[in-house]
Amino acid sequence: MDLMEKNMELIEVQKLEGHTDRVWNAAWNPVSPILASCSGDNTVRIWEQSSLSRSWSCKTVLEETHTRTVRSCSWSPSGKLLATASFDGTTAIWEDLGDEFECISTLEGHENEVKSVSWNASGSYLATCSRDKSVWIWEVLGGNEYDCASVLNGHTQDVKMVLWHPTMDVLFSCSYDNTIKVWWSEDDDGDYQCVQTLDESTNGHSSTVWAISFNAAGDKMVTCSDDLTLKIWRADISMMHSGEGYAPWTHVCTLSGYHDRTIFSTHWSSDDIIASGAGDDAIGLFVESKQHDSVNGPSFNLLLKKEKAHEMDINSVQWSPSKENMLLASASDDGMVKIWQLETIP
Amino acid sequence: MVSGLINENPIVYEIKERRDVRAYSSNTDELSVDAIDQLEVFDILIAHHIRDIKDPEHPYSLEQLKVLTEDSVEVDDTKSHVRVTFTPTVEHCSMATIIGLCVRVKLMRSLPPRYKIDIRVAPGTHATEAAVNKQLNDKERVAAALENPNLVEMVDECLSPSFE
Repeated sequence: MDLMEKNMELIEVQKLEGHTDRVWNAAWNPVSPILASCSGDNTVRIWEQSSLSRSWSCKTVLEETHTRTVRSCSWSPSGKLLATASFDGTTAIWEDLGDEFECISTLEGHENEVKSVSWNASGSYLATCSRDKSVWIWEVLGGNEYDCASVLNGHTQDVKMVLWHPTMDVLFSCSYDNTIKVWWSEDDDGDYQCVQTLDESTNGHSSTVWAISFNAAGDKMVTCSDDLTLKIWRADISMMHSGEGYAPWTHVCTLSGYHDRTIFSTHWSSDDIIASGAGDDAIGLFVESKQHDSVNGPSFNLLLKKEKAHEMDINSVQWSPSKENMLLASASDDGMVKIWQLETIP
Repeated sequence: MVSGLINENPIVYEIKERRDVRAYSSNTDELSVDAIDQLEVFDILIAHHIRDIKDPEHPYSLEQLKVLTEDSVEVDDTKSHVRVTFTPTVEHCSMATIIGLCVRVKLMRSLPPRYKIDIRVAPGTHATEAAVNKQLNDKERVAAALENPNLVEMVDECLSPSFE
């Protein structure tokens, strides 16, 4: 499907109001039509889509647990658990009991604000990161028990986001120190080491890196930064799958000139559309160019830019995992979560 | 926190007479003249908002210490963008981040939410200029800092009106 040849538009499906402060993050449940959002109002809101009317409404508010901003939220691969990371230094684990959510565990240890939390593909590990410059790996044990398996030091500044690779137990982190670090346990014994650092010398970013996202296959990655660019990276992961050791990530291309304020979020959809959300209140959508330049390698083009998608900075953009339609959620400083549909205009 | 003051003997400047803002708003002449006046009015308004911020260490305003002047403020109303450049009194001023934070908070509370605010130290006036600027413009760091009650108290103290 060559999207560049069609006329596409990002249509606003619904505006979800309720949070009383900026919304930092939105996360789609992997198995049900449920969306979680978290905010500077210290709460997490769970939005559900009605099977009859198809409209979204707030099913429940997770409050009175975190005592400060909830910065990010992430669903477990099974969709039954939600992890929430907060400036109060803790990460809470919530279980969906149907009628309500129960906080079944609280992970403590970081010295200050926790910025991000991520589940690995099998749901056996969690990772968190913080302004304390460290990345923690937690093992998911039975009976609502979580154990700190590893404390990873290496970043020299505030770590903004952690993300597990979609198919392998390789962990990625990005930071205020302008780098992206890759953490791997070679002997699979839980001893994680930093095996690669993507910095300016390897065509990396020149300012804070805010987010990372992988394509479905896990052989490409996009990162976004305060340096106003998005960068695409690739690795020969088949090499890793066949046990030939670590395959390093290399820079493919840099997308610049599309946003004139910090790009806070980026997400790679399962049908290969990259979304970006920035401080210029706009959402950008990018696709890989069909013209494969064997000299310069793959390049990406702007599919469309939705200006004034929100009234203030956009902090998070997330594609829905649903195969049916191309739905995108966005969260903003204006206190709103919006659901968009990418449509072809006749 | 250091027990002694960072700058024991600040230079205190005479401040200019304030222009009367209302004289501009009643101008109904040609569009082009209006447009320029609008910008000027905005400049003054913003400067009025921030020039009275008190220095964290001394009972003087940032304007009196020439940390902020009218030229410190650049406004583009059509782009909803404002940039404030301030000059710390000493090169190693560890108060620079507090001052920058105060300016940001004052503007956040005074300007419409559509405004994008950039704060920086005047180039060449601070030993760790890049580091200070980066911190002041990382909104996540600013948000976390403003959840710290001690810091908020300090900022509110600097922003409270002083009665002479």
